[in-house]
Amino acid sequence: MTEQVLTLETPAAPTPAHAERPSTGSRRPFDKLRADGGLWRLNWATVSVLVVRDLKRFFRQKSRVIGALVQPVIFWLVIGSGLGASFRIPGAEQVSYVQYFFPGIVMLVVLFTSIFTTMSVIEDRHKGFLQAVLVAPSSRVALVLGKTLGGVAIALCQAALFLTLMFFAGYHPRTVDWPLCVAILLFASIGLSSFGFAIAWWLDSTQGYHVVMSVLLLPLWILSGAMFPLRGASPIIGWLMRGNPMAYIVSGLRRALSAEQFSAISEASSSVTLELTVVIGFAAVALALAVFSCTGKRRKP
Amino acid sequence: MSEMLLELDSLRRSFGKRVAVDNLSLSIRRGEIFGLLGPNGAGKSTAFHLLTGLLAADSGQVIFDGVALSPTDPRLRRRLGVVFQEPSLDDKLTGLENLQLGAALYGLRGRHAAKRIAEMSALVELTDRLHDPVEQYSGGMKRRLEIARVLLHRPDMLILDEPGRGIDQPTQRRIWEQLIELNRREKLTVLLTTHQPDEAEHCHRLAILDEGRLIACDSPDALKRCVGGDVIALESEHLDQIWPIVQRDFSTARRIENQIVVEVPRGHEVIPRLVEKLPAGVLRSVELRRPTLGDVFLHLTGRGLGATA
Repeated sequence: MTEQVLTLETPAAPTPAHAERPSTGSRRPFDKLRADGGLWRLNWATVSVLVVRDLKRFFRQKSRVIGALVQPVIFWLVIGSGLGASFRIPGAEQVSYVQYFFPGIVMLVVLFTSIFTTMSVIEDRHKGFLQAVLVAPSSRVALVLGKTLGGVAIALCQAALFLTLMFFAGYHPRTVDWPLCVAILLFASIGLSSFGFAIAWWLDSTQGYHVVMSVLLLPLWILSGAMFPLRGASPIIGWLMRGNPMAYIVSGLRRALSAEQFSAISEASSSVTLELTVVIGFAAVALALAVFSCTGKRRKP
Repeated sequence: MSEMLLELDSLRRSFGKRVAVDNLSLSIRRGEIFGLLGPNGAGKSTAFHLLTGLLAADSGQVIFDGVALSPTDPRLRRRLGVVFQEPSLDDKLTGLENLQLGAALYGLRGRHAAKRIAEMSALVELTDRLHDPVEQYSGGMKRRLEIARVLLHRPDMLILDEPGRGIDQPTQRRIWEQLIELNRREKLTVLLTTHQPDEAEHCHRLAILDEGRLIACDSPDALKRCVGGDVIALESEHLDQIWPIVQRDFSTARRIENQIVVEVPRGHEVIPRLVEKLPAGVLRSVELRRPTLGDVFLHLTGRGLGATA
């Protein structure tokens, strides 16, 4: 047992050491934060440190970088070459399956990366770094934005890396509509990262997360037109595909990568405006959902 | 400037039917080390979560420096430094990067942040390990790094949840030396939760919690005075056999875990008589001691601190 340092009955008067302390501490008046707009700056600082942290973590774990890239590449090559022999799109016989499948795989890269990055919220929140963010003065919206944009940044890096393989799929950078491509990827990853954040916050267990991934997200991806075209599918599947935001993401990517291929295989009813509207709408709704789940009144710690 | 830095006024929080924190009212003075002592499940961690805004209270309020504030209010949070039971560090980043992140979360930037980082890492003696990834740190180093991080923004009050849990005795001692030094030199108010009597001894004042309720609040010495005189602890494999004998003579005798504990005024005089009455060879050990905080808890609740763990 250590000796008591202070006597209890007399609250200690400020010592010289105390008096010398700069005013960042106890002298700060309560209303200072609001008055100097410090809260805005603080929130932006929080968003940016969270994004930088996710990027640092990602690139430091080489296995993650490789895993997130190699898996889709294998998927693309194995399924692409397996189905390639029997797959023919009526009216667009010149499009090989490896080529057809490519935009869908870009989508898959974005899906995997966004979802798995925000999944870290589950563990981080109870025994990790996020606890420190949760008790910091910045708002929870900053936390949501920081984590989401972290997922977006990583997803975009991965997508960019994967897009360098476009030569092998018969696409050429000169014919790509880059602004559309970037817009679709950006909003798709915002939507998926936010969605990942929201379910991570609600589910609270990694197992539950994998269930959502395999029961909801992967089926949605398969029904997005990534693996087979909407045209010719059964009416129910067709209906499901039309209600699926991922279908518009894949469709938008396909259009951005090669307008020529797109017009050969897609339905005439689809338009750039519709695709962009759906993708931006999806991002907005998912982000709102993430903010809502994180700032709810009787939230869990 | 009021004498009380933090006041909790009738805080209550339930989970379904279970009331985890029941009408908890406490006042913590500026510059003191204040402990919440109780076994697991006593409501310490819930109180910690209520105070740090990670849980919302059903009712009651928190008054900081004379102003009633929501625990999620950024003005309050700026003035608290919170250390969790599980380190809230990023293992994949270096010590320095963790400190930089911590500084940014509290709005410290540039040269000011760098200066504070240098000062605080020197204080916890981690300056030469700052460039190593935190995953290479030991448990004690992580806790020290975390303390350094939460001190960067010069909080008025440090709140620690079970600071001694999961680290060895020497490291615990070292952390306590640093905490006491900070408390003395910087007049830093410290609030901590613990279930360890040794750790509670460091506190200037203690609140003892049991089943969500405050059952006593005083200095460790005053609390120990409420136990009469000395404590005799008997250890035996045949407790069932000796329990009736001890109970007959000592109404204050209590059984906890593998011990019988008796509170008596003059222990050294009682021991020979007591041992005489017991059959030969049934005792493993007899201990005579001044009351510990564990004994205080036993006296107040009839249960040991570790009993409900």
